[in-house]
Amino acid sequence: MPATEAAATEAPGATTELFYADAIRDALRLEMHRDPRVLILGEDIAEHGGAFQVTAGLLAEFGPQRIRQTPISELGIVGAGVGAALTGLRPIVELMYIDFSGLAIDQIVNQAAQNRFMFGGQARVPLVVRTQGGSGRGNAAQHSKSLEAWFTHVAGLKVVMPATPADAKGLLTAAIRDDDPVMFIEHKLLYRTKGPVPDGEHVIPLGKAEVKREGSDLTIVTWSREVLFALEAAATLAADGVDTEVIDLRSLVPLDKETILASVRKTRRLLVVHEAIKRGGYGGEIAALVAEDAFDDLDAPPRRLAGAETPIPYAAHLERGVIPQVEDIVRVAKELVG
Amino acid sequence: MIDRVVAIDLYRVMRRIRRFEQRSTTLFGEDKIWGTIHSYAGEEAIAAGVCAHLRDDDWITSTHRGHGHCIAKRADLGKMYAELLGRETGYCRGRGGSMHIADTSKGNLGANGIVGGGIPIATGAALTAQQTGTDQVAVSFFGDGAANEGTFHESLNLAAIWKLPVVYVCENNQYAESLPVSKAFATDDLASRAVGYGIPGVNVDARDVRLVYATAGEAIARARAGGGPTLIVAEAYRHEGHYYGDPQHYRPKEEVEIWRATFDPIINARAWLTSDGVATEAEIDAVDREVDEETEAAIAWAETGPIASPITLEEIYASY
Repeated sequence: MPATEAAATEAPGATTELFYADAIRDALRLEMHRDPRVLILGEDIAEHGGAFQVTAGLLAEFGPQRIRQTPISELGIVGAGVGAALTGLRPIVELMYIDFSGLAIDQIVNQAAQNRFMFGGQARVPLVVRTQGGSGRGNAAQHSKSLEAWFTHVAGLKVVMPATPADAKGLLTAAIRDDDPVMFIEHKLLYRTKGPVPDGEHVIPLGKAEVKREGSDLTIVTWSREVLFALEAAATLAADGVDTEVIDLRSLVPLDKETILASVRKTRRLLVVHEAIKRGGYGGEIAALVAEDAFDDLDAPPRRLAGAETPIPYAAHLERGVIPQVEDIVRVAKELVG
Repeated sequence: MIDRVVAIDLYRVMRRIRRFEQRSTTLFGEDKIWGTIHSYAGEEAIAAGVCAHLRDDDWITSTHRGHGHCIAKRADLGKMYAELLGRETGYCRGRGGSMHIADTSKGNLGANGIVGGGIPIATGAALTAQQTGTDQVAVSFFGDGAANEGTFHESLNLAAIWKLPVVYVCENNQYAESLPVSKAFATDDLASRAVGYGIPGVNVDARDVRLVYATAGEAIARARAGGGPTLIVAEAYRHEGHYYGDPQHYRPKEEVEIWRATFDPIINARAWLTSDGVATEAEIDAVDREVDEETEAAIAWAETGPIASPITLEEIYASY
């Protein structure tokens, strides 16, 4: 049944267990039914259904004019998205891997992000760049990076990184409706994770973190796949008597400072966890924010647990070794409360 | 034979651009403008001849050398000068300056400080026209330098496979900053690149605005009718340096003098307007006077504008 019909017939509050990839597709479908200005541009998104099967079936449902499969031209298609957004459409451009964003960076950073400001507020750029990052599939250094920090550093961009299927649907819906350019960064190892997803329309405002687990001894701030690791670590820590609060940022820009600060003022300890390389990572921003605004509330210095400062290696044991694992989070959390 | 009203308007637009650039230069010399400006002098026939075919709801993307395109797309001279002077009354409220002037109300999607940056944006505007089923067209102006950027290749190919209503206007002013075209291309025939994309490509001598007008008219009509994109390469010469104050060590003074004397679309137009009996010297002089007066009035208005107001979050993000 098309999702729009489901929305009309099912009880409010009803949910369905969906894979993360299916939840994203659900948001795309609903928004494309709702708004004829929405279209998707990307490589292999039509018959092939996208490299991660997110757009599977959309060609049959919406046709080639709205599911615009493109040549391998990242700069050209993001730029076309900028132009289409400036002139009234609401394009979603899929970049198959975030590692390819370097090919399109001018249109993201110098054009999409800055047009509104440079033009004195005359323009709106309702563009979503959907992409995915992260390691864990043996894809090696050019297909596994976590580059969110690049984009958080650019005024004019919003940066969203959902960890759960429900958040992926709700945040993507908000991103498509947003009048600013949004980098919507999925994780390749989350596509086959499952969770309850609200049926029908589901919107989560950008800029609202979620406390995924309440606790009193320690705050872990994290996002994307590391949210799942942090929750697993929190369960282990609970067995050892450490009560951990886990905050999923969901949006890196805008950033929900209030939720972070309120939590840290309660637990008095901060651990930031992310997959991206620690040096220059967004965890430094969170740690600095807490140090500046809540220093007197802390019982210990803020800690960061993040990716090793190396390109992502190929061999499975090496790859696993360069990003924070559940046991790493447990270990550092114990050091922090100990 | 070109229509008399069109002919005089083409002259007026070219003359307006030239005067705008001359006065921008003097204002820069008076320290009223800072940053950088890039003069379009010598290339006026391109913007004038192309934009004469465009409606307010057609789109253009422009370049760092963008004053001419903006004027040809019927921008307000006062708001342009106010932008250069950093005033709140400028097109971009003093946020953008010369390299980012945009006038979305007239379909001008902006000058662009990135060489080749506007090419895919015009392509996307054309996608909007196709997607929404209108007969709007987009024109992308860019220089010979931009023709060697990746955006040129990716955009022309995309527009070709989708038959988008877009016209790519490469302004070959003989230099990419300091690099002469002879050192940047291994061919003299830049329009031949269109063959590789399966679209029409044509070279045009931009000394004569009538030729540009005719060539652009055909390409724009084809785009409007669903016939897809065209590459136009307009041969011109940049009378001034790359930027105001450019010492121009890369080209001899004699070359500039010869080209300025032989390649000036405004002098050229004055000659054919009179010899063909389109307008008398007195009528053309009257146009010159009107342009000079409106320019001074625009500057005077711009100079009375308040300085740019402090930055607010709402101009960086539509919502936050």
